[in-house]
Amino acid sequence: MSDHLDTGDVAAGFPQPHEYTVWEDVQGYLFGLVLAALLTVASFYLVYTHLIWAPAIPIALVMLAVAQIGVHLVFFLHLTTAPDNINNVLALAFGVLIVALIIGGSVWIMGHLDERMMPSMNQMMQMQR
Amino acid sequence: MSATDAVGQGLARDVDPYLLRRGGGHASRVAATGRGAGGPASKTVVVAYGFWLFLLSDIVLFSCLFAAHAVLQTAIADGPAGHELFKPTNIAIETACLLLSSFTCGMSAVACGVRNLLWTQVALLVTGLLGVAFLVLEANDFAELVAQDFGPQRSAFLSSFFAVVGCHGLHVSAGLLWLGTMMAQIFVKGFRADILRRMLCFNLFWHVLDIIWVALFTIVYLIGEGR
Repeated sequence: MSDHLDTGDVAAGFPQPHEYTVWEDVQGYLFGLVLAALLTVASFYLVYTHLIWAPAIPIALVMLAVAQIGVHLVFFLHLTTAPDNINNVLALAFGVLIVALIIGGSVWIMGHLDERMMPSMNQMMQMQR
Repeated sequence: MSATDAVGQGLARDVDPYLLRRGGGHASRVAATGRGAGGPASKTVVVAYGFWLFLLSDIVLFSCLFAAHAVLQTAIADGPAGHELFKPTNIAIETACLLLSSFTCGMSAVACGVRNLLWTQVALLVTGLLGVAFLVLEANDFAELVAQDFGPQRSAFLSSFFAVVGCHGLHVSAGLLWLGTMMAQIFVKGFRADILRRMLCFNLFWHVLDIIWVALFTIVYLIGEGR
C-alpha cells in the first residue's frame, strides 16, 4: 500500500479518479463487454448442444451467470477490493446473503412440501397403471 | 475527484480507534478509508451509496420473483412448458441489445467524465434505442403468448413467468423514461454537479438492469429450456 494519504471513500459505480484517461476507461468497458459476450455465448451454446452431460447443464449455467455478473460488477460498476470501496462491497455482500436466503430457502422448503403433497388425479392414474 | 475534498477535513480529526494499519495513536493524522475517519463523505459518495442500497433492495425484490418462478416452474397445469414456448433467437437478440446498451451507457459515463456534450448525448441516444429495441421484442413475445391463449392466467408457471419478466420490462421502461429526462437535463443545464450525480445514479441503474437480465435469461429461459 502506498505511503501517501488515502482519499476517503469512492462512490459506487464511480471509476477511480486518478485513472482518468478516456482511452483507458473505454478499454475497461470494452474488455468487460468482450468477456460478458463470451460468457453469454457460452451459456447459449451449452443449452443447444450436447457438449456436456445433460443433468450438469443447470449447474454450468448458474456458474456462467455468476461469472458474468462478476464481470459486470467489476468492469461496468467499477466495484473493486480497494479499501475505498469497502462500503459498497459490504452492502453487496449483505444483498447477496438475503438473495441466497430467499431463493435457497424457498426452493428448499417448497421442494420438501411438494414431496409430501398428495399426488394429483393424473399422477394417481399413472401410478395405477 | 469526488473523494479528495474529504481529505483536508480528515487531517484535523482526533485519533481514530478503528485505525488498524499504523498502530493506534501515532496514526492520528492518517485518514482511514472506509471507516468514516476522513470527515463527512462528499455528496457524490453519499448519493451513490444511497442509490446503491436502493438497487440492492430492488435486487432482493427480484429475488422473490425468481424464487416464486423456481418453485412454480413445474406447475404447468397441463399447459405449455417453458421449452415449448421460448424462441432462443429472440432471447439471444434481446440479450445482445441489453448488453450493448449497458456498454454504450458506460461510454456515456466516460464522455460525461471528460465533459463532452456531443458524445454523451450520442451514447445516451444509442443506449435508449437499444433499450427500445429490447422492449419491442419483449412486448412482441408477450403479445404472441397471449394471442395463443398462454397468458398469465393459464398456469402458475406462466403467472410467475410474466411476473418476473414483466417486472424487468417495467424497470427497463422506467429506465428509458429516466434516460430521456437525463438527455434533456444535460442539454438544458449542462454538466452541473447535481446533473452529474444523477448521471451516476442512472448509470448504476442501467447496469444493474443488465445484471438482473443475466440472472433472468439464465434461470427463466435457459434452465427452463432444459426441462
